[in-house]
Amino acid sequence: MSDEILDEITASDYKYGFTTDIESDTVPPGLNEDVIRLISEKKNEPQWMLDWRLDAYKSWLAMVEPEWHNVTYTKPDFQAVSYYSAPKQKKELDSLDEVDPELLRTFERLGISLDEQKRLSGVAMDVVVDSVSVATTFKKTLAEKGIIFCSMSEAIQEHPELVRKHLGTVVPKRDNFYAALNSAVFTDGSFCYIPKGIRCPMELSTYFRINEANTGQFERTLVIADQGSYVSYLEGCTAPSRDENQLHAAVVELVAMDDAEIKYSTVQNWYPGDAEGKGGVFNFVTKRGICERNAKISWTQVETGSAVTWKYPSCILKGDNSIGEFYSVAVTNKYQQADTGTKMFHLGKNTKSTIISKGISAGKSHNSYRGLVRVGARAENARNFSQCDSLLMGDQCGAHTFPYIEAQHPTAQIEHEATTSKIGEDQIFYCNQRGIGTEEAIALIVNGYCKDVLNQLPMEFAVEAQKLLEVSLEGSVG
Amino acid sequence: MIKINNLQARVEDKEILKGINLEVNPGEIHAIMGPNGSGKSTLSSVIAGREDYQVTGGSIDFEGENLMDLDPEERAHKGIFLSFQYPVEIPGVTVSNFIKTAINESRKGRGEEPMEAREMLAKMREKTALLEMDKSYLSRSLNEGFSGGEKKRNEIFQMAMLEPKLAILDETDSGLDIDALRIVAGGVNKLRSADNAVVVITHYQRLLDYIKPDFVHVLFNGRIVKSGGPELAHELEEKGYDWIKAENA
Repeated sequence: MSDEILDEITASDYKYGFTTDIESDTVPPGLNEDVIRLISEKKNEPQWMLDWRLDAYKSWLAMVEPEWHNVTYTKPDFQAVSYYSAPKQKKELDSLDEVDPELLRTFERLGISLDEQKRLSGVAMDVVVDSVSVATTFKKTLAEKGIIFCSMSEAIQEHPELVRKHLGTVVPKRDNFYAALNSAVFTDGSFCYIPKGIRCPMELSTYFRINEANTGQFERTLVIADQGSYVSYLEGCTAPSRDENQLHAAVVELVAMDDAEIKYSTVQNWYPGDAEGKGGVFNFVTKRGICERNAKISWTQVETGSAVTWKYPSCILKGDNSIGEFYSVAVTNKYQQADTGTKMFHLGKNTKSTIISKGISAGKSHNSYRGLVRVGARAENARNFSQCDSLLMGDQCGAHTFPYIEAQHPTAQIEHEATTSKIGEDQIFYCNQRGIGTEEAIALIVNGYCKDVLNQLPMEFAVEAQKLLEVSLEGSVG
Repeated sequence: MIKINNLQARVEDKEILKGINLEVNPGEIHAIMGPNGSGKSTLSSVIAGREDYQVTGGSIDFEGENLMDLDPEERAHKGIFLSFQYPVEIPGVTVSNFIKTAINESRKGRGEEPMEAREMLAKMREKTALLEMDKSYLSRSLNEGFSGGEKKRNEIFQMAMLEPKLAILDETDSGLDIDALRIVAGGVNKLRSADNAVVVITHYQRLLDYIKPDFVHVLFNGRIVKSGGPELAHELEEKGYDWIKAENA
């Protein structure tokens, strides 16, 4: 492929680069106990929650930012970040009509028309704009089944016993540097509880975005699937264009009790920085789920955004016969860096895990797969299958694979397959000869390459993800 | 339809085509034969617009337009089709998705509306039947895990779907057993009309028993050294290429 086309791809601008003027209620930059008290107070939290945050903060102070990952960036100045920002809307909203019209316009530009979504797709959404939930839909339908789907702030007020019981059980507050920071300062996020034996009748969906300059985002998500229940949860992100780096350190915890199943799908499209690699979101995320007996957790992610991504959605296969799955497409372009993968901890007997990772690197980016498969001493008959494929576009990008395998039981069966390929000129020419231009050819080839992962996404999300891949690699090749 | 005039082309520093002259009119079938390395595949790649080949002289005129000004996909939109000697695999892209994209991109290139889904489906059914292909072909990844014969049949299926004005079949017979050869050739014959033309590039007479050419050309060392009717193919089959080589040494 010619350099011209490569340049063209690389030059494709971030489609969602804009900001809106909404009055915000923002805490001055800096982090100390007083700021945490202020956040907790603004959110009218109970004492136990504040104590939990302060405890996390004390741990964080003693921790060091990790450096083992295969990414380089200027470490954020944590004292320059503002830890709380809420659109100024004091009263509770009964309908979308009451939402700030400017905010609704923003949604429309992002292609997230709530009205349309509500009417057409039957998806209930808890929309998070800068840390505070502004609209929650379909609550009634869900309530009839006893399903709780609300913002984390609301859950702390309304369902403190559930939050208190599960928060931090999967990702402890001292788990790692970013998780500890998140535990101290998280502002909002989503909470979901599916009662025993209930199959959630719709996909639960949250759209996250960052809208406040210099505002770190510290989302906290907790999904609890009680015995024998099922839920499919969708998370999607788009963020406006920025000059300064934005810090995003989310924590997601999934609890799948006996015989329960959680399907967690993510499309991530944070601002990746400009053509020179300036700006862009730092995405340091801790996502982990725990499976009890016969439970199943399936992570599917399509990662196209962020300047730096550090993310390993993991499964603790604690119960016998539990299953963990990880399906991932990670695209890096321009100067983006991604270090992503998964960890599968096999603790119970007959536990199974599947890892399918598809990395696509273009421009001057670096894309690393990092995965751990650990089979514990009591995990009889544990099985894992991993497939890690890398696709390179052009000759200035990098693809790296760091698989770690630790087996402590002789019956463990672990398979690992890896491939690295380039989009061949002969593939492009073949498409050209059939009337398909080079850009469409690349989109076609890339979508084919990612098919095994895209197939795991719910229908409407798959279409969105497919579009996103095309936009991310616009004009691109290999 | 296509007029090739003193065409010269090279790959890197190697001169391969040294002045090709060829004219093909609507309704005609031309066969181009020749020993290995004579430039047959280069000629088809240059007509299709492959960038690896540098055209150093001469011209190709397609329906009054200079082909050299057009990208490969634009040539396809004008109705030029190349059946590849070695069709490439595209994992994860089904035959039906690929051909749908090809048809609609070609239509877009010509300023036409995309084909209706129903029409597309009916056409796929018709053409798979024509080539005696099982419908399951359509949902397989393009050429991935296909046998040599399946790949060639899939090429002719695409040709049937795209309905080109000029089809160039590059060694379509290689890798085909006798039954597949009959089916593929039968398909090509059924697609023949007074408005389209076919150029068959082949090593052997065998395929020409099924696809009867109006003209046969012998390509040797980058030039067409002999042209004639169908009898020329038989002569080559009997005598081999040595006498051509000797004559042009």
